[in-house]
Amino acid sequence: MTILKFSAPMIAPVIALAAAATAADARDQLQIAGSSTVLPYATIVAEAFGENFDFPTPVVEGGGSGAGRKKLCEGVGDTTIDIANSSSRIKQSDIDLCAQNGVTEIMEVRIGYDGIVFASDINGADFALTPADVWGALSAQTVKDGALVANGAKSWADVNASLPAQDILTFIPGTKHGTREVFDVKVLEEGCKAAGAYDLFLAASAGADDDAKKKDAIAGCTTLRTDGVSVDVDGDYTETLSRLDANKNAVGVFGLSFYENNTDKLKVATMDGVVPSVETISSGDYPVSRPLFFYVKKQHIGVIPGLKEFVQFFVSDEMAGPDGALADYGLVPDPELAATQAAVDGETIMKPLN
Amino acid sequence: MSGRSLFAKDARTAARNRAERRFRAFGFSAILLALLALVWLLVSILTAGAPAFRQTFLTFPVTLEAKLLDKSGIADPAALSKVTTTTYGKLLAKALEAEIAARGIEAGDMKSKDFAKMLSEESAATLRNMVLADPSLIGQTITFRALASGRIDGYYKGRVTMESAALDKNVSPAQLALAERLKEAGVLTITFNPGFLTMPDASDKRPEAAGLGIAIVGSFLMMAVVLVLSLPIGVAASVYLEEFAPRNRWTDLIEVNIANLAAVPSIVYGILGLAIFINFAGLPQSAPIVGGLVLTLMTLPRIIIPTRAALKAVPPSIRDAALGVGASKLQTVFHHVLPLAMPGILTGMIIGLAQALGETAPLLLIGMVAFVRDFPGGFFDPAAALPVQVYNWTTRGDPGFVERASGAIIVLLAFLILMNAVAIFLRRKFERRW
Repeated sequence: MTILKFSAPMIAPVIALAAAATAADARDQLQIAGSSTVLPYATIVAEAFGENFDFPTPVVEGGGSGAGRKKLCEGVGDTTIDIANSSSRIKQSDIDLCAQNGVTEIMEVRIGYDGIVFASDINGADFALTPADVWGALSAQTVKDGALVANGAKSWADVNASLPAQDILTFIPGTKHGTREVFDVKVLEEGCKAAGAYDLFLAASAGADDDAKKKDAIAGCTTLRTDGVSVDVDGDYTETLSRLDANKNAVGVFGLSFYENNTDKLKVATMDGVVPSVETISSGDYPVSRPLFFYVKKQHIGVIPGLKEFVQFFVSDEMAGPDGALADYGLVPDPELAATQAAVDGETIMKPLN
Repeated sequence: MSGRSLFAKDARTAARNRAERRFRAFGFSAILLALLALVWLLVSILTAGAPAFRQTFLTFPVTLEAKLLDKSGIADPAALSKVTTTTYGKLLAKALEAEIAARGIEAGDMKSKDFAKMLSEESAATLRNMVLADPSLIGQTITFRALASGRIDGYYKGRVTMESAALDKNVSPAQLALAERLKEAGVLTITFNPGFLTMPDASDKRPEAAGLGIAIVGSFLMMAVVLVLSLPIGVAASVYLEEFAPRNRWTDLIEVNIANLAAVPSIVYGILGLAIFINFAGLPQSAPIVGGLVLTLMTLPRIIIPTRAALKAVPPSIRDAALGVGASKLQTVFHHVLPLAMPGILTGMIIGLAQALGETAPLLLIGMVAFVRDFPGGFFDPAAALPVQVYNWTTRGDPGFVERASGAIIVLLAFLILMNAVAIFLRRKFERRW
């Protein structure tokens, strides 16, 4: 509090002056914040939007999906953002917070899908993984003779004889990343079920009812080894890449677009025999992917100039379409883009979550 | 007294001398280690960042066909602005292809999409802006200098090789081979790139076009705010505390707090700025005014401390003499003490500003880390800042941003060295010893 006491009298006139000045001129450029996964796509669209339209280039900020949605829900008006990028779906708690602050009309726009890929050093061995392999390599407990035992696998070949006899070392996204959620659900849970461990966890659970047991089983499936073979990376993909560079035997988890821009350094692993690509992900053959969204504060349409135009431009075929600029960068186009475009044109607000 | 000569060292003297030699050796190796670390840092930054100041360009004639760019034929500005960069991009790729054919350069089996991929997307936007600014260009053939794409540029900076290109989906060895032939023909040139200092940031698709323009302007605006606010406030606070304030518990408390505030981690000021200036006062996000205010808060104690030291260094005899000939307290301070303390105050001010210039953490919290493409028109428009731009670029996916980040560090270091040099100059030139 000393800070406040000390500085408040000195800056009070400045604040008053500044507040008067802002009240005079309303914001004329869009403000966007949120997911760092969506950030590159949003900057590409913002750049093209600024070049080709008579509106200023929107200001795009990262900060993470949750932080972006929270900012969106701070209220309505000049000083709050217009669009929140999100790599996971909005939560009921966000919607409640929004409603509490007067943000009652939110448009949900799905821009496409993001593939999550496993990749290793370009000169390393080939990996043909399945979710069960990944789970078997990283899980704290694994299945042996129909019982759960502590995971002692040292090399990938211990997990699956067809994999390279190379020590297991993986760099996976840390728990603060939206990517981790997808990794947990689409890889670990699936792998756990495929390996038959899910039923064992379910049987071993002491939960009160079926729901609690299922929760226990999933927690068991997604509990990872703590002996250093699975390393959480809290930074971004560039950090994972530099870690791979230092540990040539390691396998890292990346977003498809990051891999596509670093194909000269990374070798991608197949999943269930499918090579990840924009095509295999949009056809649904490659299993590990997630939708990307942004959320628009509809109450700002018509208030902040260019908001609707920007959203329309974002989901246009030229940008988000199969041959658009975003697919070129690694976004997996949404097969139902036409429906999204229609919803944006009609300014349809999102339905309650089910 | 024993009869030993002073010149014959006894065991204890020898031991003391050895201890001294050992200490000197430790000290010397500590200095050496520090120097080596500095040299290593500078060499790595300079080698990584120097390429950012050079850029690969392709210069070739472009015919601005009216049937593509101005279908109406009357150069109506509204109609002209409907023509998007996509059209201009295709036009540029076609012109490059035509130039290669005209010069008889072997292009292999490249498709027009492959030619387009050799050019930066930024070039299309530049050309479009040229045409919109001067519609009379339509129909003419102009010589246009286009930015080469990041991968072609990377080839000449050692980032991309023929081997890596074979594995890279964004560039092919055929394109690199063609680039080599274009270089021989003089179409492709590598020159100093002023754009790195003047152009705005660019998206992940065009690292070759990313520049520090907005970051430099943003940092400059913030420094202006810091200077205008913290110089008068800091000096007034110091003069009052040093010359006028009574010595009691309250001033002691304030003094201790100023010393403590100077040591508060800068991120704390970011949180404070977010709460006061943005959430409470309603100032805009990402604006230099907020950045400047936050940095002012951070810099104030760091300016007050050296300013008070400078005031203290003025000998009491000066004050006594002034008071003795009948000057008031105010006249004493403003006519005699303050001018004599000015060199020290300015030095402290400049070093405080230099610290503020390099500060990143508080700016992250107030939205200065945003992607901004339009130059700020004033203190309330969104802008970036130099140190934050470094952070921003290191998180980008395209390898082309690595050299940009190091280049930005060089620019930042250059500014800091310049400011410190001014501080040293002022101190040397005006410093007085009593």
